[in-house]
Amino acid sequence: MSLDRAAVRNIATLARLRVAEDELDHLAGELSHIIGWVEQLAEVDTDGVPPMTSVAAMTVLQRRDVVTDGGDAESVLANAPDRVDAFYAVPKVVE
Amino acid sequence: MTNAGGLRDLTIAEAGGGLAAGAFSSEELVRAHLDAMAEARDLNAFITETPELALSRARASDDRRAAGAAFDPMDGIPIVVKDLFCTDGVLTTAASHILDGFVPPYESTVSARLRDAGAVMLGKTNLDEFAMGSSNTTSFYGPVRNPWGPKDGKDLVPGGSSGGSAAAVAARLALAAIGTDTGGSIRQPASFCGIVGIKPTYGRCSRWGIVAFASSLDQAGPMARTVRDAAIMLGVMAGHDGKDSTSAPLPVPDFAAALTGDVRGLRIGIPREYRLDDMPAEIDDLWRQGMRWLEDAGARTVEVTLPHTRYALPTYYIIAPAEASSNLARYDGVRYGLRIPGETLDEMYENTRGEGFGAEVRRRVLIGTYVLSAGYYDAYYLKAQRVRSLIARDFKQAFQKADVILTPTAPSDAFAIGDKTDDPITMYLNDVFTVPSSLAGLPAISVPAGLSVRGLPLGLQLIGRPFDEETVLRSAEVLEQAAAFDARPPGGAC
Repeated sequence: MSLDRAAVRNIATLARLRVAEDELDHLAGELSHIIGWVEQLAEVDTDGVPPMTSVAAMTVLQRRDVVTDGGDAESVLANAPDRVDAFYAVPKVVE
Repeated sequence: MTNAGGLRDLTIAEAGGGLAAGAFSSEELVRAHLDAMAEARDLNAFITETPELALSRARASDDRRAAGAAFDPMDGIPIVVKDLFCTDGVLTTAASHILDGFVPPYESTVSARLRDAGAVMLGKTNLDEFAMGSSNTTSFYGPVRNPWGPKDGKDLVPGGSSGGSAAAVAARLALAAIGTDTGGSIRQPASFCGIVGIKPTYGRCSRWGIVAFASSLDQAGPMARTVRDAAIMLGVMAGHDGKDSTSAPLPVPDFAAALTGDVRGLRIGIPREYRLDDMPAEIDDLWRQGMRWLEDAGARTVEVTLPHTRYALPTYYIIAPAEASSNLARYDGVRYGLRIPGETLDEMYENTRGEGFGAEVRRRVLIGTYVLSAGYYDAYYLKAQRVRSLIARDFKQAFQKADVILTPTAPSDAFAIGDKTDDPITMYLNDVFTVPSSLAGLPAISVPAGLSVRGLPLGLQLIGRPFDEETVLRSAEVLEQAAAFDARPPGGAC
């Protein structure tokens, strides 16, 4: 599968990643090269092979559904690039 | 008092003995290393140095000892921490512009366990951005220089992504380091810098508080100058953590006690498929030498087959970017780090991420987004997960014939900074021997075993059964004794 400029632009939009117009050709070449290389997996017969979803053979642990922590807005917001009172501030979303 | 050079040459085991005997204080030990760090800034091994914090922790350790507190082998020992671990009150960057100014109000479980055992953090070490790389050249803070270089007039990479940690330990700026390994990021830099590095079984060490790259692969581990030191440190780092649901609820063995030196009757698997056509003769020779060393100690080598080996790298380069693209979605300029303004929320996200991520991270986020996108998910991501099952099954079958598997760690010695950067796939091939065991979640260690014709370190790798770090460490120590690797980097000599 070869990726063209439009495909890279679309993936970049999905990834919320600004890519300059003059980078699109270069990236399309690089990504096509990598995708072409990983496509060798198509030759492996995986019929009836379950996908590996857990690395370790163990059941997923669950913790008790209780509040263990909280009420610390100052520490949560300590690294906020912009804030208003105890909230993160972002550009206007709803008109 | 021992002179500063002597202090910097100690192992953790020796330093612990010296501290216990009162031969020197933790403050003296820490100062010797802080001075060395200041003299070795040209290595660019650190993103953040924390000398004041280190001295206050060293004094606290000395006070504990003076008060007769129980002896812990890590108490008062100077270590460094890969800047991928969140550290309470200390800048944490993952070597990325996008985490500008991020000071976590919490401490990763692994670094907290070391801190609570008394280990003294000297600083946060440089790495490939978000741990994505095999050369430590993708850091926003610039490449780390391998203390074994320059060679032929060129600075060498320390390997990646834990290259700053490896360089610091090799140059004797710290007794040990913590790193993380996703596809070989502890073992390959350990090989390039001539130190020991172990990636434990997936689930052995908590991932809580580590900046996530690929969650089904990331694992923390120790980097040290001896197998015994790595065993001591792993014992402190390992163990179940309720804050990480993938952390294994298993007791932690006494890893140091596993170093019996006895490998008689042990079956050492030699995977047929790891004998690459274009492998340099010196790598092959060292591998054969490793087999002889273990045989001389009474072990038996057996050929094993890992038929899906050649598909490991392409599998990894689907799964790791897929998980990375998902994990890195949190860097959007809203809650922490860099923010580049935009007219709309989406524009702010795009601007922040476009400027905050470097070339390799962008490449992987785009690949990951693509292989997870509608219409391609089955063909790429699901296919890779099925092949991953086959790779894990290969190892399971091999471990019916063998107790531990011996391979080279990397296909070459350290290469020059700037080499292999034109083609990402050439760079990815560096991890050909380390990636398969990562995909299978197995414990694996790299031990310095010899020098290349260029006089640079080369490592051998041992891979074990899940949660059988003890056999891995035991056989690694036998290799270490036989190899008697005592070469040291010219620049880092004391």
